[in-house]
Amino acid sequence: MTVPQVTARGAAAARRRRRGLAGWQFVGPFMAVFALVFLAPIGYSIYLSLYRQRLIGGTSFVGLENYQRALTDPQFWSALGRVSLFLAVQVPIMLFLALLVALAVDSGRLHGMRFFRVGVFLPYAVPAVVATLMWGFLYGTQFGLVGSLNDALGLTLPSPLTPELILLSIGNIVTWEFVGYNMVIFYSALRVVPTSLYEAAAIDGAGQFRIIRAIKLPAIRGALVVATIFSVIGSFQLFNEPAILKDLAPNAITTYFTPNLYAYSLSFSGQQFNYAATVAVLMGLITMAIAYLVQLRGMRREP
Amino acid sequence: MATTAEPATARPATARSATVERRRPRRRPARSLTLTVSTGIVLVYSLFPLVWLVISATKSQEGLFTSFGLWFASDFALWDNIAQTVTYRDGIFLRWFANTLGYVLVGAGGATLLATLGGYGLAKFDFVGKRAVFAVVIGAIAVPGTALAVPTFLMFSRLGITDTPWSVIVPSLVTPFGLYLMWTFAAEAIPDELLEAARVDGAGEFRTFFQLCLPLLAPGIVTVLLFSMVATWNNYFLPLIMLRNPDWYPLTLGLQTWNKQASTAGGEAVFHLVVTGSLLTILPLLAAFLLLQRYWQSGLAAGSVKQ
Amino acid sequence: MRRTLTKIVTAATVAALALTGCASSDDPADTPNGPVSAADIQAALDAGGEIAVWAWEPTITEVVAGFQRKYPKVKVKLVNAGSGNDQYTALQNAIAAGSGVPDVAQVEYYALPQFALAKSVTDLRAYGAGGLGGTFTPGPWASVNTGGGVYGLPMDSGPMALFYNKEVFDKHDIEVPATWADFVAAARKLRQADPKAYLINDAGDAGFATSMIWQAGGRPFQVDGTSVKVDFTDAGTTQFANLWQQLITEKLVAPVAPWSDEWFQGLSNGTIASLVIGAWMPANLTSGASAAAGKWRVAPLPQWQAGGTASAENGGSSLAIPEKADNKALAYGFINYANAGDGVAIRLKGGAFPATTAELNSPEFLATEFSYFGGQKANEVFAESAKNVVSGWSYLPFQVYANSVFNDTVGQAYVSSTSLQDGLNAWREAAAKYGTEQGFTLR
Repeated sequence: MTVPQVTARGAAAARRRRRGLAGWQFVGPFMAVFALVFLAPIGYSIYLSLYRQRLIGGTSFVGLENYQRALTDPQFWSALGRVSLFLAVQVPIMLFLALLVALAVDSGRLHGMRFFRVGVFLPYAVPAVVATLMWGFLYGTQFGLVGSLNDALGLTLPSPLTPELILLSIGNIVTWEFVGYNMVIFYSALRVVPTSLYEAAAIDGAGQFRIIRAIKLPAIRGALVVATIFSVIGSFQLFNEPAILKDLAPNAITTYFTPNLYAYSLSFSGQQFNYAATVAVLMGLITMAIAYLVQLRGMRREP
Repeated sequence: MATTAEPATARPATARSATVERRRPRRRPARSLTLTVSTGIVLVYSLFPLVWLVISATKSQEGLFTSFGLWFASDFALWDNIAQTVTYRDGIFLRWFANTLGYVLVGAGGATLLATLGGYGLAKFDFVGKRAVFAVVIGAIAVPGTALAVPTFLMFSRLGITDTPWSVIVPSLVTPFGLYLMWTFAAEAIPDELLEAARVDGAGEFRTFFQLCLPLLAPGIVTVLLFSMVATWNNYFLPLIMLRNPDWYPLTLGLQTWNKQASTAGGEAVFHLVVTGSLLTILPLLAAFLLLQRYWQSGLAAGSVKQ
Repeated sequence: MRRTLTKIVTAATVAALALTGCASSDDPADTPNGPVSAADIQAALDAGGEIAVWAWEPTITEVVAGFQRKYPKVKVKLVNAGSGNDQYTALQNAIAAGSGVPDVAQVEYYALPQFALAKSVTDLRAYGAGGLGGTFTPGPWASVNTGGGVYGLPMDSGPMALFYNKEVFDKHDIEVPATWADFVAAARKLRQADPKAYLINDAGDAGFATSMIWQAGGRPFQVDGTSVKVDFTDAGTTQFANLWQQLITEKLVAPVAPWSDEWFQGLSNGTIASLVIGAWMPANLTSGASAAAGKWRVAPLPQWQAGGTASAENGGSSLAIPEKADNKALAYGFINYANAGDGVAIRLKGGAFPATTAELNSPEFLATEFSYFGGQKANEVFAESAKNVVSGWSYLPFQVYANSVFNDTVGQAYVSSTSLQDGLNAWREAAAKYGTEQGFTLR
């Protein structure tokens, strides 16, 4: 601070208070709306999760009974297991692909590089509804593309909509939608790696792969962690794609296919608002815990 | 290398002069065919469903059901399909289009404003509860939104705003990702000295923000605007819960009702209109992204380095 | 009473007002909220006002127009709040919130008991609906008579029939199956003749399965107030399960979900050669599978006993009045117009299938030639089916939920080694568990 010391601590403190107030003036509007559309419903959900309403017998306070039920509910655990598997397989593949493309584009060794950058990104702008509709058609074994391929090439590709393959098929749609988005994030991070580092490495005689490993990857660790956290949240909240694909694969996608779909079915088909709220609150806690772990592991330094 | 360096140099020099200086043009490396072809696989993967969409949009409903999916049918019905799409049911598609535009304008615009103010406040001020803000925001987005739909619906219903545009707009005013991005962007783009100087000059905080900082934040603002545009444009679940009246539907919800229409007794199957409508729905977004690429790419660059 | 009934039947086709007059004046007793006379309803119609109607059925638009011409002071706000489950969700949400509840809502027959039990919809006996029994065909009328009241007026009905692609049948020399055993044989024959074609598609559909069980004489759902019995081991259900298991095991059903574009493709290009579905299907075929116009025909449902005539309902909706509706008298005036008055003729012209006996028996209706069916008078088949709907069927008071978990349970038989019967048992478990949680007594 350039303020003369003589004005003493009191004035500085007052100034800081004033600035603190200004800080809230800036953050306040966001937080107000945030409180209305996020915090209030969450609070309401927690409240709902402590009650039980029945078609016959009305509403009663049940304490933590809903939570007890959830913890022993095989459908809840099966849903959680499924998205965990999805998370463990789809997210690494998607991020790896995105990273490869980002590195390729960044290397400057591609013909028509600009086209690549934009082309791979385009699916992000396609609504999930439309994306699922398109892939749903392509997946058809009778008259869809898979069927046409089988006919044309004499293959017997299995239906992507069977219970065995459905998770893979959904993973494919999600990967398709978000590879480009993550690629752009990685690419943008790569763009600001100082060139002097590459030059120094080149003088040392380091090959492309060493440069990637020693310079590029560490430089975009922040972007990697952010992308991972958002992907973790995205995986645990998986809903749109299975919900829309359910029309085509009603048996493979059960009502408890993902925790989010489970909560949705509970409240909208079953009118079990209270239990649905419980599932939501639990999933929130689990997601937070995992996102936090990712951050801890990925970020040894403070932001 | 001229093309690749563009995003970095396109941003206002004052904003991130440090970065620009660091990034000097490299010698152009040799182009590699192998790398191009192997990366090309990902490109083909990304584009091929879109190709399907474009081809399918040229087919009549009959053609859609009787011809091979990845090639044109004998009849070229694209113009006819477009005409039908925009006139079907008294032109409800155009109404949905206008609604979507409205939601994007007010929702995404408002979201960007709130995120910009909030991100700037978090980046440049010390205040009580600042650490809590980020923790709460990240924590809250971890709770599945679909499961919060019913509580939100009941609350909004008490406020009397369900089945009005506000029930779609108000929730889309919040973009946690935008807040995060603006926070990191503002932290880098606005030098503390600039603020100090302004304060010494006796400028008010809001005047400083609007006159000095806003121009510096422009690439970040465009980025947040685009991403919240995508979120609002593609919003499906929230309108599904909140809206009853098709007159207020956004495009996504409208298209899905057309898609489902065939499955009701006496309902008319209009898959060709769903396909053409889908194409028309994604075009404006694709155009926005293509036109504004240089801005959002530099905006993201800033957002992603800081952690 | 007999005279009144006759009068009602005649009146229904002529004037809705005369009808309500007769019905309610005769039956003022045992009405829960005190009767609303036909005069009251007429007065409400004359005085005018605004009502909100939630319906997705396409012909209702014309009905509203006709209604507003007849009662110029009444303004109807017609809203398509989604079809089926989407609309019920919206309705239930509005009811829970206590605001934005429509005056009239379209509710499918299978979902009506759920709304009736929760008293979310109004018992229409107070408005004179109790006397409309003869107006409607037995299947739909039984469906709206639930929980000891009349909770909606039947709008359409779906007596089942066999729709088949005659061209495909002729090409492979397949006879129209008269029994379900014939049906299985035909399925085999077609599959052998053309490995790409299927006689029928089925990916597990609750509405279809329950209708099939209904026709076979099964009564898996028995409801007595809040006491409920779910049992899939009765003779009818077992008969269906065994037969259908054969089709699944031998891979004779196309694993294509109904209403998907792949489904319409199959119907268009002959790779799905038949449908077992409700009489409302022609309009859907005409628009969704236009390429196959002229190739399809309609036949009576295959039978479980040779020479039988048993039939069942598949789908169909009623118009109901939510308990929290603002303007019930006006709302009743509307649904009476739409479902028992002039509206019926309007809907018929739009291609809908009626639930009223008068229309079903009218020579004009029966003589209608369907160009999609090569000029066949398909309504004769449907009308015959409507008369032969097996009586005594009921749905669960939580059928919406039960149907939503059909594919979690029974559906597994289509994609795994689980048998259909095991699937049905799992369905019973799931339904029973839910019922118990919701406070029902499971017998």
